[in-house]
Amino acid sequence: MIPNLVGAGLIVIGAGIGLGKIGGSAMEAIARQPEAASKIQTAMIIIGALVEGLAFGALILGA
Amino acid sequence: MPNKIVILRKICYNSTSVKMVSPRKVLLLLTFLMVLFAPARLLAGEVGGEQGADSQRKEIKEYTQHHLQDDHYFSLALDKKAGKHYGFPLPVILIDNGFHVFSSAEFQYGEAVVEKKGNYYKLYHGKIYKTDAAGTLTYDEEHHPTNAKPLDFSITKNVVGLLLATVLLFIGFISLAKTYKNGANAIPKGIGRFLEPLVLYVRDEMAVPNIGHRYKEFMPYLLSVFFLIFLLNLLGLTPLGFNVTGNISVTLCLAVFTFLITNFKANKDYWKHVFWMPGVPVPFKFILAPIEVLGLFTKPFSLMLRLFANITAGHSVVMGLIAIVYLFQNQLTVGGSIGVSMLLTLILFFLELLVAFLQAFIFTMLSSLFIGMAVEEHAHH
Repeated sequence: MIPNLVGAGLIVIGAGIGLGKIGGSAMEAIARQPEAASKIQTAMIIIGALVEGLAFGALILGA
Repeated sequence: MPNKIVILRKICYNSTSVKMVSPRKVLLLLTFLMVLFAPARLLAGEVGGEQGADSQRKEIKEYTQHHLQDDHYFSLALDKKAGKHYGFPLPVILIDNGFHVFSSAEFQYGEAVVEKKGNYYKLYHGKIYKTDAAGTLTYDEEHHPTNAKPLDFSITKNVVGLLLATVLLFIGFISLAKTYKNGANAIPKGIGRFLEPLVLYVRDEMAVPNIGHRYKEFMPYLLSVFFLIFLLNLLGLTPLGFNVTGNISVTLCLAVFTFLITNFKANKDYWKHVFWMPGVPVPFKFILAPIEVLGLFTKPFSLMLRLFANITAGHSVVMGLIAIVYLFQNQLTVGGSIGVSMLLTLILFFLELLVAFLQAFIFTMLSSLFIGMAVEEHAHH
């Protein structure tokens, strides 16, 4: 039970770092080129979904 | 002396620039909002009793798992103290030495053994097993029954959800399609006004940029998937207790459709890039080809898992927040715990509304991306 919970915590830390980096870079990119905001947002959501899918997969396989 | 309806009508007409908002619609919206909070009220009569915290926790966990699973009953609420179930039974269809159709009420919530043409069936944790007249079940070490299972084609709760969504989509889109009889630029009325921008969104934001000029071939699939997932996600937020897109069989089926369409519509260039990619030294081609072949399967696999996991996680968290009502009753008093639970659930519901749309968007977006990769015509290098 406890190793499972520690693993879940590690997964969430990893996914959090990943999502934070994606979001941060997207913010910078939008600030630099506001006219490309919609394109950047779409790409951001896709990559966010990929990271999230990985994290959820690990959480479900681990639980 | 104007009556209330007239006042309501005045408010409605003055507050919005669109003239079409009728008091009936406002009332509908209010009922819908009230219905959103119903799970907490319905559950209030279910768990409870003067038991220890551990058994209470176990009960909540059981209830959550029961909600996440498919079921042969459409159960809305359960009063444990009175032993009363609120809801209705659904038809059971079994193929096992013949064709058996009967109501799931005959199982009496798993307590009775049903006899059909010399075969005995018993319901155990939402699954139907073959058994003898006494209803004995044999278990393995992990307490799973080892009895044989008949082929089960029953109209379960999830099937009801799918059928309901299909009917609703049919009604909505027929009314949208009818408006175009009056010319391509006709303005849709009623529900079509809500649907048309979403259709255009799917076309202009997903299909055209990702697939290119062949987008029209794939629009029917992309639109079906988008609206089906979106509507099922929204149905999952109502207190009817649907958890259709949080069922891995449903998401598996949707992902298999994307897989089949991607691979059957793929052109020569796509397969060349999978098995014998240009511009790579020959020894590396042998290393990269198996990875690319694996990639064909991991893409739909991640589609399946993402939708399933997101919706399941959302539903579990909602159930957990509702459970606050019982777990913190001693610390916060009854009113306090209900208030805290309601507030947190409300906030989570807004997040879940976003997730409902986002997951439909992501599924359609990635499907169109994969299809686009398969039908893309490469410039020859």
